[in-house]
Amino acid sequence: MTSKTSSAVTFLPSRLQSMLRTQEGVLLVLLVVIVVALSLLSDRFLTVNNLLNQTRLLTETALLALPMTLIIISGGIDLSVGSMLAWSAVMLGFSWQLLGLPLPLAVLVCLLTGVVGGAINGLLIAYVRVPPLIATLATLAIYRGFSFGISQARSARGFPEEFAFWGQGQIGPFPTQFVILAALIVAAHLLLSRTGFGRWVYAIGNNELAARYSGIPVERVKFTLYTLSGLMAGLAAFIFTSRVTTTRADAATGLELDVIAAVVLGGTSIFGGSGSIIGTVLGLVIITLLRNGLLLTGVKGDATFMVIGIVLILAVLVNNLVRRR
Amino acid sequence: MISAKPLESPRSSFTLQQEGVIAVAIVALSAIVSLINPDFLSANNLLDIAVNTAYIAVAAAGMTMVIVSGNIDISVGSMLGVCATIAGELARNGVPVPIAFAAAVLAGGALGAVNGLLVAYARIPAIVVTLGMLSILRGGLILVTQGRWIESLPEAFFFSQRSTLGIPNPIWVMVLVSVLTWLFMKYHRLGRAIYAVGGNAEAARLAGINPKRIYLFVFIMNGLLVGLAAVLYASRFTAIQSNAGQGFELAVISGTVVGGVSILGGVGSVMGALLGSLLISQIGTAAIFLKVSPFWLQAVQGGLILLTVLVDVLRRRRMT
Repeated sequence: MTSKTSSAVTFLPSRLQSMLRTQEGVLLVLLVVIVVALSLLSDRFLTVNNLLNQTRLLTETALLALPMTLIIISGGIDLSVGSMLAWSAVMLGFSWQLLGLPLPLAVLVCLLTGVVGGAINGLLIAYVRVPPLIATLATLAIYRGFSFGISQARSARGFPEEFAFWGQGQIGPFPTQFVILAALIVAAHLLLSRTGFGRWVYAIGNNELAARYSGIPVERVKFTLYTLSGLMAGLAAFIFTSRVTTTRADAATGLELDVIAAVVLGGTSIFGGSGSIIGTVLGLVIITLLRNGLLLTGVKGDATFMVIGIVLILAVLVNNLVRRR
Repeated sequence: MISAKPLESPRSSFTLQQEGVIAVAIVALSAIVSLINPDFLSANNLLDIAVNTAYIAVAAAGMTMVIVSGNIDISVGSMLGVCATIAGELARNGVPVPIAFAAAVLAGGALGAVNGLLVAYARIPAIVVTLGMLSILRGGLILVTQGRWIESLPEAFFFSQRSTLGIPNPIWVMVLVSVLTWLFMKYHRLGRAIYAVGGNAEAARLAGINPKRIYLFVFIMNGLLVGLAAVLYASRFTAIQSNAGQGFELAVISGTVVGGVSILGGVGSVMGALLGSLLISQIGTAAIFLKVSPFWLQAVQGGLILLTVLVDVLRRRRMT
């Protein structure tokens, strides 16, 4: 099977050939197949309106997936992102509705909450050296607990109309959050691929000890990554609240798994050391389009979970086979 | 300074191990809570805590094997749901209850084998395999059950509601499974091999152990134990919900890790996992006795998980 595909591949130009060897290449082919298949199955799928609408649903996961990519490349993981999002959203509602802060100040509280949550993770992981999986497993419970405790499981609602701009409004033809997301994707890509900080992230993920001996401030880099993750969770909480116009303590439960699935599907090694923002974006797009497209073709919502699980395992399997050759 | 150290390993002393720390924590917590509310130490309440913990601790024994081998399984919650549904559906359709239970356990073993094959032979990292399996099984389960609860189960089905010799059945199963897997991992050749592979897979391979077989083995064992946990879970209440086991993976992994099983592999014991699971359940019950707002419960629980893990991390650093 694999030998057949590779002999077909040898007729292609070498640049295309080497591209197909990467996870991004595999994903790009997969994406094209999915788009063609789904647009044949449903005429409502490949419309500008539907696709732009999908970016609204993708944004919160995507905002978390950007720092998650960096964190996983550095050899870590952050399981607390869903809880941080909920805690930040609850703080937004709480400080606005119960403390009576002006809305812009409440949004600032929301972002700061994320930063604090992320910084606590960063302290535990970088300086106390608790393994990331355990540290963020504990803070997953703690931050979710804060969300319920502070809100007493009550939701805040009744935000003013102009607040809806960030989650429901438009800039030109584009959804507001799509514009924000696009800018942050470019920023994250440049940070990872064009700066010294990005190279440090790869170096730490490849060999932490060697990175330390070559003078990389490992603790500071890790602390920054987890704090960034918190900041993005705060931003995602703000956009989420604006989109659904209510803050709930159980928001984004289990979102961490969607985020990690997108990053891993995007070819970032769970062991650290390799991966890219472009891959993550492709992974996100594939998951979102699959979910939406299958729903439009009449597949039940629960079956889409199955398909995404299968795609996740298959994508890594194919990548393994291609790389082993 | 180094020469002043005693020759025997510090880990040989029980109090220095995480198991000892957790045992002390359990006793201390019981003492403090019972000072404020003496009912906490009533036999009924203690049995209740143990029954609540049983299905978590049984799965934690399997999780210990998986984590000691250097892997992880986050699909156990979905697996629990699938196995519980299989047991319930079979029993409701007239299959004898023991066969329905056996089918659930075997189904767990089969699902574990799929995980194990993908990890060992397709070389996909365990976290990716089981993350995928988590969605596949959860999606499949809801698709098949259509979100309906399984009700009107036969009387014989409710194994967990009955007692043997005055002690509730789930506690018997929990103790039996914990002791057997603990002895197995401590003394059996295959059990020792799990530590060897988790400590250093390459060294174990050079010593003649096949890591792939060990990986497959621990995932199958874990699946069987999750199937057993599903039987305990399903037979406790009058209905089986279609979202059974959601978030179960976090409870199991927390209990295991709090009990001192190192997420890096190679270190930890089933007894630790059992004590860790008991401590987390006990915290939940203690919070109710101390009249902590239920909305703050999860934060308290998470905080104490973090605390015990910090103790473990700092203690280990001092030792090295």
